[in-house]
Amino acid sequence: MAITLTKKAATRVEKYLESRGKGVGLKLAVKTTGCSGMAYVLEFSDEIPAEDHVFESYGIKIMVDPKSLIYIDGTELDFAREGLNEGFQFNNPNVKDSCGCGESFTV
Amino acid sequence: MALLQISEPGKSTLPHEHRLAVGIDLGTTNSLIASVISGKATILEDEEGSRMMPSIVHYDEKQIFVGVEAEKRQVQGPEDTIASAKRLMGKGLMDIRPEDFTVSLEDSAGNIAIHTKQGLKSPVEVSAALLKRLKELGEKRLGGEIMGAVITVPAYFDDAQRQATKDAAKIAGINVLRLINEPTAAAVAYGLDKKVEGNFVIYDLGGGTFDISILRLENGLFEVMATHGDSALGGDDFDHLIEQWMISDFDTPMPNIKTKQLIKNLSRKIKEGLTEKSEIAVNQSFDGLGTIKKTLTREKFASLSADLTNKTITCIKQALHDADLTPKDITGVVMVGGSTRMPIIQVAVEQFIGMPLLNNIDPDEVVALGAAEQANILAGNTNNELLLLDVIPLSLGIETMGDIVERIIPRNSTLPVAMGQEFTTYQDGQTGIVIHVVQGERDLVKDCRSLGKFTLKGIPPMVAGAAKIRVTFQVDTDGLLSVKAKELSTGIESSIEVKPSYGLEDHQIQQMLASSFSSAEEDKESRALAEIRVDGQQIIAMIESALEQDKNLLNPNEIDHIHVRVHELTKALATSDRALIEEKTKLLNEATAAFAAKRMDHSISKALTGKTINTLEF
Repeated sequence: MAITLTKKAATRVEKYLESRGKGVGLKLAVKTTGCSGMAYVLEFSDEIPAEDHVFESYGIKIMVDPKSLIYIDGTELDFAREGLNEGFQFNNPNVKDSCGCGESFTV
Repeated sequence: MALLQISEPGKSTLPHEHRLAVGIDLGTTNSLIASVISGKATILEDEEGSRMMPSIVHYDEKQIFVGVEAEKRQVQGPEDTIASAKRLMGKGLMDIRPEDFTVSLEDSAGNIAIHTKQGLKSPVEVSAALLKRLKELGEKRLGGEIMGAVITVPAYFDDAQRQATKDAAKIAGINVLRLINEPTAAAVAYGLDKKVEGNFVIYDLGGGTFDISILRLENGLFEVMATHGDSALGGDDFDHLIEQWMISDFDTPMPNIKTKQLIKNLSRKIKEGLTEKSEIAVNQSFDGLGTIKKTLTREKFASLSADLTNKTITCIKQALHDADLTPKDITGVVMVGGSTRMPIIQVAVEQFIGMPLLNNIDPDEVVALGAAEQANILAGNTNNELLLLDVIPLSLGIETMGDIVERIIPRNSTLPVAMGQEFTTYQDGQTGIVIHVVQGERDLVKDCRSLGKFTLKGIPPMVAGAAKIRVTFQVDTDGLLSVKAKELSTGIESSIEVKPSYGLEDHQIQQMLASSFSSAEEDKESRALAEIRVDGQQIIAMIESALEQDKNLLNPNEIDHIHVRVHELTKALATSDRALIEEKTKLLNEATAAFAAKRMDHSISKALTGKTINTLEF
């Protein structure tokens, strides 16, 4: 399994990293919180932590710590638009149930 | 499915707790809203893809139209359409020229009221309608509730105008994180706040207004050194010059409004065209006027508009003079406002200051973008910039009786700041007072950081609580704290200067903040205990001094009884048992109630002895 980006998401991430001026890639994680158990973490990463798994998709490095990987392995990160709002979306095959908002989930 | 944005490392928020913050440029002609999205300041577009909203509001009997919808109704109903409401903010009717406005204005208790089909409206309400529209757009675009906004105002706005802007935001339901000056926002957009120091010229030529601001940057904080400008000079004046040039060959006056409008629009297009091209040819016929066949070169346009351009340069000179600077002292020039796209303006300013201009950010958007960056920082979404240099990171206060901290300046106060409080003596005849300056969020002195101590001596002997000592804390823009204590009856004073942030690393500040949150409950308890202890000690001191004076009013039994109660309270004070101290204090109060009444009677009869009713003054 692995973590991947869609082409659209990769293009966006590349653009954001470029305008930010620094950073080695993306950090994906989960934390135990939220209305439905767990929540996604999506951050820029300035380093590659030794314990992290590193994936690469369309040239973008994605760092995931081993504990989080259990919950999001196989996830594809997409970039979508809903009305005026646009942003990233986790397509996570491990999810059994998510809260109405989609910001937190259970596996 | 919620759409997520990329956060800075370690700054991910909990679900439903995103700190969405926006920057709003509430302009005279146009307004914009921006936000930092995945680390990049971005203008938020509306449904039609427009990045700017005309600052126009139209009232009909039932509805309020804002922005483009209001602009569409401007031609048919100018008397119900309010444009440039910003010029009315915080003003009285005497301050403005009512003939500049298409709506009818009247005085309302010193403020301006605007006649509309929905009754009288204040400029604040009109601005609120604009802000509300921007907020709705922002929330749609960001997909969540906006927690706060940074709104920009001209550097020359006075307190009344700034307050009016804040009031408008409040009506619109916007939490104002801060008002910042438009030139400062522009400077922030160019990242000038990350430099160490410098003097910057912000040249802002909009559609109808011209502003020059000289900013001085020191330790990451911008100070407005001087402002200058012309509230009736803008891009429209340049259009007008081209109009004049086009019709200069005709003797006939303008045949009709439609032709006039067509020529006006064409003039603007020519002006804008000259930004890219070196010359524009016109070959067009107009109803009732004839054919215009002419070519306008950049050189010709420069000579036509030389007066206007020079006027703006004179304003820079004046502002520099006011700031006591010369072009050589300037470290950067920021171009703001759509009209600064004109190459003739760029050349003139560049030549005068003698350095390349900062002009690669869209001049219409630069203010809103800078405001968005500030909002993002103030909302706490960034890593390295969490501690702004222009706010106090930790509260400052002094030690009072019982080792309790009395906070004088709360944390997050913006610099510069001065606040004061009155204190008094604790003991009869006390002639000195130690001012112990501490920093931190905890309630007890021992949990805070000591910054320094000094003594105010020479207080005239008085009973406890009679002396008035004014303690003033002042923190300047460099973060330097000076504390002054002054005894008000004699005027004697003493002071100390310290640098509160000296030696404090960011992570220490973070730690001090965190400990204040985790120890909140403990602090509450300690403070309550310390306070009740001070009360108890004070009562004992009072009773002892009263017994010394008026022992003769009591019989030995009564005196013994009071002594027992005093002893009990003294013992209780040595413990940390709040309930016990409270109880013993109450008992002592009860035991001395009769004594207090007797003393009162005694002192009244003493005062009355030897006086007749006629000599008494009531």
